[in-house]
Parts: sequence; C-alpha cells; structure tokens
Amino acid sequence: MSQTVLMMKPQRPWKLTPKQILPDAIGALFTVAATLLLVAITPLKGKLGFALVLIAMAITTVTAISWIRRDRKAAMNSTTTVLVYIAASFVIIPLASVLYEIVRLGANALSFGMFTADMSQTASDSPLNEGGLLHALIGTAYVVTFATILSTPIGVLTALYIVEVKGRFAGVVRFFVQAMSGVPSIVAGLFIFAVWMVQLGNAYSAVAGAFALTVLMIPTVARTSEEVLKLIPGDLREAGLALGATQWRTVAMVIIPAAKSGLITAVILGIARVVGETAPLLLTIGGADAVNLNPLEGNMSAFPYHVWKNLLIGSENAISRAWQGVFVLMVIVLIFFALARYFGAVKGNKK
Amino acid sequence: MSNQEDSQNPNNRKADMSQVTGKQESGTTSRTQAANPVATHSLSDVANARSAKQGQPIVGATGLEARNIHAWFGSKHVLEDISMDFFSGTVTALIGPSGCGKSTFIRILNRMHEFIPTAALAGQVILDGKDVYEPGVDVTKIRLRVGMVFQKPNPFPSMTIKENVLSGLRLAQIKISNADELLESCLKRAGLWNEVKDRLDEYGGALSGGQQQRLCIARSLAVNPQVLLMDEPCSALDPGSTLRIEETIRELSSSMSIVIVTHNMQQAARVSDFTGFFLSDGGPGRLIECSTTSEIFTNPKEKQTEDYVSGRFG
Repeated sequence: MSQTVLMMKPQRPWKLTPKQILPDAIGALFTVAATLLLVAITPLKGKLGFALVLIAMAITTVTAISWIRRDRKAAMNSTTTVLVYIAASFVIIPLASVLYEIVRLGANALSFGMFTADMSQTASDSPLNEGGLLHALIGTAYVVTFATILSTPIGVLTALYIVEVKGRFAGVVRFFVQAMSGVPSIVAGLFIFAVWMVQLGNAYSAVAGAFALTVLMIPTVARTSEEVLKLIPGDLREAGLALGATQWRTVAMVIIPAAKSGLITAVILGIARVVGETAPLLLTIGGADAVNLNPLEGNMSAFPYHVWKNLLIGSENAISRAWQGVFVLMVIVLIFFALARYFGAVKGNKK
Repeated sequence: MSNQEDSQNPNNRKADMSQVTGKQESGTTSRTQAANPVATHSLSDVANARSAKQGQPIVGATGLEARNIHAWFGSKHVLEDISMDFFSGTVTALIGPSGCGKSTFIRILNRMHEFIPTAALAGQVILDGKDVYEPGVDVTKIRLRVGMVFQKPNPFPSMTIKENVLSGLRLAQIKISNADELLESCLKRAGLWNEVKDRLDEYGGALSGGQQQRLCIARSLAVNPQVLLMDEPCSALDPGSTLRIEETIRELSSSMSIVIVTHNMQQAARVSDFTGFFLSDGGPGRLIECSTTSEIFTNPKEKQTEDYVSGRFG
C-alpha cells in the first residue's frame, strides 16, 4: 500500500497526448502548405494576400478538423478560439514590430559617451560617436519629475474627494476630470504658454514644461486613482470608522495602504501618458542642445524634443540620433516602471 | 482532524483564559457545563439551560438604552418606535426575518447609520445617561465606546495581525505603553492567541475566515469598548469557528454588554440573556417582543414571536 503511494508521481492527465496533437499538427502544416499553394496559383500576391489567405485557411482547417473529430459545437468553439488568437495577434504584431524597429534602429552605435555628452559642440550630421543626449536625459528627468510631484497629490486628492469625501461637487469634479483627459496635448502647452509665459512674463524653462505636463497628467492620475479607490471594499471604511477613527485617519491608514499598489499604477500610467509628449514641450521648454542644470530658467531639452529636432534635420546620422533617443527613452521608462512595480507590490495580501 | 482539534481545544483554551482574565471559578464551571450540555433538542431547552447557568443578569445597571427610535431611508420608514435597554454584563440577541431592520437598528447604536446618504432618524440612544445623537457629541468617541464587528470578516489587508489588533489605537491616536501586553490579552480574549502567537507579523488576509473574524473581534476589544455590537458575526463561518466565537462572546459578556444580530435562533438561545424579536409586516420594522431569552423561547407572549421561534414562518 505505502509502496504504491510512494510510486505515485504528479501527473497531468488533462494534457494532450502526441496522438491528440498529431491531427492539429497536420492541420497546421496543411494550412501553411495550402496557403502557399493558393498564393502561388491565384492572383493574390504579396504579404497582405498571404496574411488574408492564411487567416481564412486557418479558420477553415481548424473548424473542419474539430467538426470531423467531434461535432458542430466543438467546431464553433474552435472557430471562436482561432478568431480570438487572430484578434490578439493584430494587437501584438504592430506593438512588437514597433519595438523591433526601435531596437533595430536605435540600439546600434550606442555608447557610454552618449550619456556624458550633449549636442552643444556637435552638429547633428556628424558621426554618431560624437555628441550625446545628456541634455535630453536631464531635461526629461526635470520635466517629468516636477510634473509627477505636482500631479500625484492633486490627482490622488481629487480622486479622494470624488470617492471618499463624496462632496457636493463630486459629480462636477468627475465630469471635468473626464473632460480634461480628452484635452489635446498641444492645448495644455498653449495654455501654459499663454498664462505662464505670455501673461506672467516667464521665459522658456523646465518648470513651464512641467506645468504643461501636469495639466495632462492630473486627469490620468485622478481617473485611475478613482477606479482603484472604488475597488476598496466599503467594509474596510466602516471597520476603520467603527473603531473610532476620523475619516482622515481611516483614509490615511486603511484606504491608501490598501490601495497602494493601484495608486502607484495610477502614477505610472500618468507618467506613461506624458513622458513622450512633444507638442506641449515644444511650446514651453524652448529646446536646447546644451545641458542646462537649472530647471527654473533657460531653454531646456527633452527626449521628445531631441527626437523631433533630429528627425526634422533629416540626414542619415540625425535620423539615427532620433532613433537612439527613442530607444534610450524606452529603456529608461521600462527600468523605471519595473522598479515602481517592484516597490509597489502588495506584500502578504494573498486575496 | 480539525474536528478533533475543535472538540479538544476549547477546554484548553478556557483554562488559559481563566488564568489570564483572572475570572472566578464559577465562570469556568459554567463554561465547562456549556461545553457538555444536557440533551437539548428544542430551543426552549437550550435557552433555559443557558439562563439557569447564567443566573439573573444585573438589572438596573443600564449601559445603553434606545428610546423611541424611528429610522428612515429616503421616504421609506424602516424602523418604528423601538425602545430597548442593553444592560451591562449581558448579551442581547436581536432576531427576526431579513429586512426587518435589525442591522439598521444596531448601526444606529454606534452612529454608523448616518453614513448612508438618505438615512434619517428620530429618537434617542442613551449611553451612560447621555444621548449619543446630541449636537456637539464627538462621534469618534462614541464609536470608541461602542465597538462593532461586521458580518463579513474585514481585517485591514495592508496590516499584519499585530497591526490589525492595535489598529484601533493608532486610528484613534491613543498612545499606550504596554502594546505587547494589550495585543496578547486582546487576542486571548478573542480566542485567537494560541493560533497566531507565532505568526503575529503575517498579514491578516492569510488567516482563515473564522480566524479573521476573531481577529476583527480582537481589534474591536483593543480600544476597550463598553458595548460590542455584532452584526451576524457568524453568518459566513463554519460550525467550528462559530463555536469558538460563541465562546468568545460568553467570555466577553462578563466585562461588557454585547448586542448580537443573528439569523440563527439556536445561536440566540445559546449565547444571549435577552432577546428582541423584530418583525416587519411590509411596513416599518417593529420590536414585537423583548424579554429574557428563556421567556422568548419558552413562553412568548406574542403569537408572532411564537410562530417565528417555533419555525412556523421566517
């Protein structure tokens, strides 16, 4: 008895056996072969023709196999499954190809020198081992950091007003937040340009850019935070209040810690919304080729500006610089998001 | 396996608790008897067995009193003219079919009623001679003195077991010096200490449902309330956890007054000294009858009460 128990190995009886996989494998081979044949003998040509025929053949083959092996219901199930896979691939393929292009065009000629030099002494056309994008790095760091510092408290407090305080104007505030999230980004830039620079007489600077990005970032942070706070069960609020806490103590000690990882996601989404914004920055930071360490005054660069400028110049080296800028920005954002996810993960909450 | 534990543990734990709480011998005896009840088949037997052990409650020492309570949600009148006394040192059960206003009533007692936007109220809730709804009363102080345990276990997910128990103090900004002692005594009084003493730094969500509910009880005890309101505390729990929580209720009833809403009439008969029967005939809920538990289950005065406790409706 105990012998048999010891002999038992964990198994997965629901896994497909080779015999079951075989028809599917043959079906897949047939699909590809038939597609190649059809493309060869019919006037459908090129990548588009191939893709269309492949999709049609895949649906037909999978449905036919299921129908033969099982019944109509299984055939319907298989058809839907294939359609879902195709839909998913329509989303993934463009994303993957964008990433692929960025890596292909941006990752070459990367060097450490890029992070220590700016473009003040280098023409965009000069070889890629000269110059760098330190100025863009510093500019984006300033602009995004200030925008985050400004918009995180405003956004989260707005969400708290809508969800927790449920003040008299909660509906109005929610409406304006939603309306604001549809504002074109250049309008935010124009707004800061008109108010902060024209009326108040300030010059181009990183803070002006940060203000413009804040206008764009608040609605994203507020809306996402609102959704996150709504997910916190009402009994937690009641539990806090029933223990004799004020509303503020309940929010600060119970609601916000419980929603922490969601709120961090809200801020990440906000940063993702603004980090690549070009139009509002063109109007507010002025653009520069040299490092400017003072965020309060003086023209500032940023990654989107650096990319935009080099693309406009249009020579081969300049375009390569633009791709490098995109690549480096992407990697930095990736690292930052990974860190935020890691530190924001809810520990121990298994539910 | 868990069954065995369940049947053996209570006795061990009782011994522990009587040492800690310094309760007298008589209390321990009565609980031992409760663990080995006589053959009780009807609710009246259960109720009688309990009240016989408990002796007469301390009548006259009024802790909490509801006077002519009416409640509305919007224009809907949900409670009509409820007057009840909750004596200190006793357990009062509120029974009645769903929708008769029991939960609304106990939420009125610690001013949780006002969180529902359309809610309205008339009447008085007297705590130690003062109306808790008087203008200018600090509502957070009321809720410190009248604690609440909810239907669904709701430990704070971002806090460890230890932090959960002590959260009431931090939430109400009360400073104490002997936090560890308080932690231990609260968990012991809630009957959870032995199960969690080695894992105080784990998160509350890692406990089972019954343990979570006892954690919530321990959390309410930490701020030392005079009255503990329990809104169907066992409705989401298995019989073993229910048994432990009922023991906890008995244990606590010597030091505070407890109001428990329950749909389980066996439970009402087992744990309570007084029982109030609520009923709504489509209109507002009314308190049909309120008396000692044995009276309600043995010799109810009202026909409706008799029908309900004998299972003819509801």
